[in-house]
Amino acid sequence: MNSVKERLVNGIIKENPTFVLTLGMCPTLAVTTSAINGLGMGLTTMVVLALSNVFISLLRNVIPDKVRIPAFIVIIASFVTVAELLLQGFLPFLYDALGIYIPLIVVNCIILGRAEAYAYKNPVIPSLFDGIGMGLGFSVALTCIGAVRELLGAGEIFGIHVMPDSYVPVSIFIMAPGAFFVLALLTAIQNKVKINGERKGRDMSKIQSGCGSDCMSCADAGCTHRLYDEKAADKGHKADTEDIVIEEIKEEENHG
Amino acid sequence: MVKELLVILIASSLVNNVVLSQFLGLCPFLGVSKKTNTAAGMGVAVIFVITLASAVAGVIYQYLLVPLDITYLQTIVFILVIAALVQFVEMFLKKFIPSLYQALGVYLPLITTNCAVLGVALTNVQKNYGILTGIVNGFATAVGFTISIVILAGIREKMAYNDIPESFRGMPIVLVTAGLMAIAFCGFSGLL
Repeated sequence: MNSVKERLVNGIIKENPTFVLTLGMCPTLAVTTSAINGLGMGLTTMVVLALSNVFISLLRNVIPDKVRIPAFIVIIASFVTVAELLLQGFLPFLYDALGIYIPLIVVNCIILGRAEAYAYKNPVIPSLFDGIGMGLGFSVALTCIGAVRELLGAGEIFGIHVMPDSYVPVSIFIMAPGAFFVLALLTAIQNKVKINGERKGRDMSKIQSGCGSDCMSCADAGCTHRLYDEKAADKGHKADTEDIVIEEIKEEENHG
Repeated sequence: MVKELLVILIASSLVNNVVLSQFLGLCPFLGVSKKTNTAAGMGVAVIFVITLASAVAGVIYQYLLVPLDITYLQTIVFILVIAALVQFVEMFLKKFIPSLYQALGVYLPLITTNCAVLGVALTNVQKNYGILTGIVNGFATAVGFTISIVILAGIREKMAYNDIPESFRGMPIVLVTAGLMAIAFCGFSGLL
């Protein structure tokens, strides 16, 4: 029970995928033109994330290490297809609004990142709640960003008029450039928090600098936050084998 | 026919720019845009891969998924085909055209799961483009990506000498620049 609560809090607050880890920026920018779209995208991602986490966790002893990334992608793509068909059938307005960004959940770094960083190494129940926590964190973030953009750009929240009639909507905020400006402010606030925290001597290494964190497409091999890194993985394996060799040598010495 | 292709060429490269209005391929756009040289290299690699991927995905869709009536599997099939294709292209170039591999090789693995590649393949299906139209659309989209990443890299090279407020250093100022570029690209919407 404790681990369930811990996983949920971790996903929503401590390691919020959008505000802290800065993962999955493409959908964050693209679908947050209104609060309802943000919420829809967040919840769809949550369902896919939770289900793929459970499945990968169940299969973690079956999937060979070398083909794990393709295996993850097939599992994730299957659940995305299921989610897409369900949305098309039951929530057609959301399906039309999100459009091509639903199938693109497949390449969302959050899902592959959690599969690699958590579900592949942990039992089923914590993995399920890790997925739900992360998904909820993503939904909260997307809804907030969507609400701010909708409020400034159209004077509404969830389609309900809230601003006084004298307010002239700044429609650039619901257009493409507005998304970049909102994200720029968000990462600037992140930077500020990080700089202040470091001045006070706190460990702020969890907060990322807003690289978009598509680690699989990222060129910065030296990044310390890489979720997916073949070179590091290779190094890890090499280090393991080297350790084993050293242990064997030591054993031999002992025997000698 | 030619006119239709020309319209797609302009619409996909400038009016509906893949990065600045559709937010696809944002990650390499922000990550590989520090220098104009590397940005151009990335751009060429993306043109190469997306054009090839939209051709292969188009053929597979028309001659495999449609006849077998399994078009609902498109997402799974496309992502696997793209990943395999990039691997294959990398091996092919390494073996047979080493000079091209040296120029593009470092960028190829970075493109495997770039959402722009999958995005183009899915858009082609969604808009009912034929194979040739799909290839043109893919090429145009990639050219649009290259244009915007090279412009951004040029601006970032100049920006390195500026005195930027502490909390805006790094990613935030790049995003502000991208936002301003997106406003400029909005001007192209009057083109068609």
